[in-house]
Amino acid sequence: METISTDVAIIGAGGAGLRAAIALAETDPTLRIALISKVYPMRSHTCAAEGGAAGVIKPDDSFDFHFHDTVGGGDWLSDQDCVEYFVKEAPKELLQLEHWGCPWNRAADGSVAVRPFGGMKKQRTWFAADKSGFHILHTLFQTSLQFPSITRYDEYFALDLLVDDGRCQGVTAMEMRSGQLRQFHAKAVIIAGGGAGRMFPFSTNGAIKTGDGMAMAYRAGAPLKDMEFIQYHPTGLPNTGSLLTEACRGEGGILVNKHGRRYLQDYGMGPETPVGQPQLKTMELGPRDRLSQAYWHELQKGNTVSTQWGECVLLDMRHLGERKIHERLPLVQELAASYLGVDIVREPVPIRPVVHYMMGGISTNTRAATPLPGLFAAGECACVSLNGANRLGSNSLVELLVFGRSAALSAIEHIQGLPAADTAALNARAEETQMRIRELFSRSDGTESMSGLRKEMMDTMEKNVGIYRNEEGLQEGVAKIHELRERYRRVILTDKTNVFNTDLFQVLELGSMLDCAEAVTVGALARKESRGAHQRLDHVERDDKNYLRHTMVYRQGQEAPRVDYLDVVITKSPPGVRDYSGDHK
Amino acid sequence: MKQRLVQLEVLRYNPDTDSEASFQRYEVVCQDEWVVLDALNKVKESIDPTLNYRWSCHMAVCGSCGMMINGEPKLACHAFLRDYEGVIRIEPLAHFPIERDLVTAPDDFMEKLKRVKPYLIPQQKRSLDEGENRQTPAQLMKFRQYSMCINCMLCYAACPEYGLTPKFIGPAALTLAHRYNQDSRDAGRAERQEVAATHEGVWECTFVGACSEVCPAHVDPASALQQMKISSSIDWLKEHLMPWGSK
Amino acid sequence: MSRRPLVREVPPTSWFFRHPRYLRYMAREVTCIFIGAYCVLLVVGLQRLAAGQASYEAFLAALRSPASIVFHALALVAAVYHAATWFNATQKAMPVQVGEDFLPGTVISGAHYVAWVVLSFVVLFLAGVF
Repeated sequence: METISTDVAIIGAGGAGLRAAIALAETDPTLRIALISKVYPMRSHTCAAEGGAAGVIKPDDSFDFHFHDTVGGGDWLSDQDCVEYFVKEAPKELLQLEHWGCPWNRAADGSVAVRPFGGMKKQRTWFAADKSGFHILHTLFQTSLQFPSITRYDEYFALDLLVDDGRCQGVTAMEMRSGQLRQFHAKAVIIAGGGAGRMFPFSTNGAIKTGDGMAMAYRAGAPLKDMEFIQYHPTGLPNTGSLLTEACRGEGGILVNKHGRRYLQDYGMGPETPVGQPQLKTMELGPRDRLSQAYWHELQKGNTVSTQWGECVLLDMRHLGERKIHERLPLVQELAASYLGVDIVREPVPIRPVVHYMMGGISTNTRAATPLPGLFAAGECACVSLNGANRLGSNSLVELLVFGRSAALSAIEHIQGLPAADTAALNARAEETQMRIRELFSRSDGTESMSGLRKEMMDTMEKNVGIYRNEEGLQEGVAKIHELRERYRRVILTDKTNVFNTDLFQVLELGSMLDCAEAVTVGALARKESRGAHQRLDHVERDDKNYLRHTMVYRQGQEAPRVDYLDVVITKSPPGVRDYSGDHK
Repeated sequence: MKQRLVQLEVLRYNPDTDSEASFQRYEVVCQDEWVVLDALNKVKESIDPTLNYRWSCHMAVCGSCGMMINGEPKLACHAFLRDYEGVIRIEPLAHFPIERDLVTAPDDFMEKLKRVKPYLIPQQKRSLDEGENRQTPAQLMKFRQYSMCINCMLCYAACPEYGLTPKFIGPAALTLAHRYNQDSRDAGRAERQEVAATHEGVWECTFVGACSEVCPAHVDPASALQQMKISSSIDWLKEHLMPWGSK
Repeated sequence: MSRRPLVREVPPTSWFFRHPRYLRYMAREVTCIFIGAYCVLLVVGLQRLAAGQASYEAFLAALRSPASIVFHALALVAAVYHAATWFNATQKAMPVQVGEDFLPGTVISGAHYVAWVVLSFVVLFLAGVF
């Protein structure tokens, strides 16, 4: 197996991975950086983010406001030292992108424009039409092209971390076009592999979002944190699950049920605000968890609209007018027209909540370090505990940047004065990966089909770990995922070709998703309270006495994982009431 | 929901066993509102796991699933079954080498993209304390359209010039050079001209216009290239007829 | 086995039959033959004029032959087609931005058509047609 020696290996070349690579290259141009990704950087799912990125920039705003919005939005499960660091770094990162050429929308005076977003008390969401993630990703990718010390390994499928002497010292990966295995020996590894939304059948996530990075760290012994918190975005297209950005509501779009009632006022987010004059932090600009839960209640009451794609509510943007829609929501307009046949200028569009984002992930601290020395993580795959129990829209694009950079700086610090690697030991680790892949190719007693197992996993997740959960369903979910993990050991690899074998990658991805699904279901069963995106019908109240702490799930091979807890860091905001009613302001 | 039987004819190539590519026929029941990508996914899931292609976002923004559909470069996630009758013929993106099945090697495009320096080259590096560059909405609109390129390479598959003369830098890469040239914050045009204003650059373009017709992101590369030709011509005139002027 | 990318050659003489848009492009390119030939004819005419009256009269007579008339008709069609594609292209090559918006392409192409008509009348006027 060919060995590639590098200083820092980065797994994932989306927003967080690219930001980390640039920070490494800028800070120390002598560092060798290996940027490894299973897709070309511009295919990374950062490109699908639409609405924008939050950072305090306008004179009426303050770090404190952003802090309190984020902590309250996260139902007090955020680590507050992390949030404090984040809100201060956010504007710097967004400015940095501006200096790198990001085409942010502008106010008439040439300063950057901001738009309102859910759960935010002030307008602080920087945006580039409704393609903000796309522009951030391409700005970062294009900027990265000028640094000769960044060596890209595009379409390399990362397999296992190389851990020796108690620290992470590299990763094995397969060159997808040749099927050849390579081992990267690195002094530090940064995982920026994104979330695992594809565990669910109805998701805004692209096909590549299979949690490979999370699972890799989990297999290497790092804990996954707060995995039970899965964000449903309230406004997805009912057939494809494509995201209709929160900016639809930020710009003034309203949600109505089949009676034409703006039903959010019935769920603690009223009173009703005038149509076309959105008010911050109330009604349609409430947080995502509350809005998705309100849909569920409307569904129980029979207030939803029956469509050929299932039960929906309506997002009405007609009053915004064609010009504003074209200027600010062109992608939404196009998506609704082509995939659903709805012209949002003239008709309301049916929508329903869709799995969008994982608050949980590889446990990291504010410096993006995992408990495994030498391993760092940033972006959706990490849980730095910024988002707590519910992420506010437009915080995640900034999270990529702030903690991508933070991971790079921490990695540089880590690699100073490291003892020399034991190459023989690392080779032996890499051999184990090779054996694992070889076994898959030579397996003759396979009985399980990849697509069959995948469907059962998706159905289980949707049925048992949805917007509302209960003890019975969760127990069923835990048992089912455990069973699927067992059956996965007998999965059949149909295609034995070396070159670009997507059957193989789908089998490996399914393994990653099952590992993540285990942590999600086990964490959800253990958390007997309702908080943010984790709502239990049998424990409807938030329980700060027992659960103001993070769920930490440790993998135990094929056995049931070990669940532990970690206290939430509180600095200045004691747990309080999440208030999204406009009349209290 | 309305369903229909869809016939796909997919070009297959396995380097392990094939010396040439050949077509394989599949029949799948699809929903009427599906896209070609959905049909391919159903084939892979239920008929043939060895069929290979790239895809991810299913919303025409990641640029992974470019392929030739009935001879036209398209994103498979944005090619609607309702627009096709009879057998749908699917081939890998033209003008790129086939790795396997519908998967092509985009190395040439990636290399060319890098050559045009598609990043901001400011007159002077700005510190974060200095805040943002001011840029009016009108200045933004001047280049915004050209910043929308998703690098899907459909324009390269449509451009006969690129097919016949592979050294041509090509529509998307040159358009990105133009995007930065037009940005009020940029001062890097002279550097980019070393690549863009050459016979491999804009002067290889004979304005077939196919790039703009197939672009799924409405970027209009043809307009970018023609504008670059005009400004390069003006550069030349200034340099040769008014040497006392420009510099 | 490992990778063995398959390179497909573009047929150098028949590629333009693959799609109607390529045929339209080739049609546009072919018009230059007629326009080039017409230019040569003009130069020949000048040369004949310089050679004296008899020579020029013979040239004019030749222009009235049926073959010549057919050629001129074809050259006119080619020139008009070429001009039209050219004027239609101007909206891409010379966009005009007014504030945040761009003038509609039809305005830019339209202005060129108008200029074409006006200049044609000027030429005809100078030629003494009116």
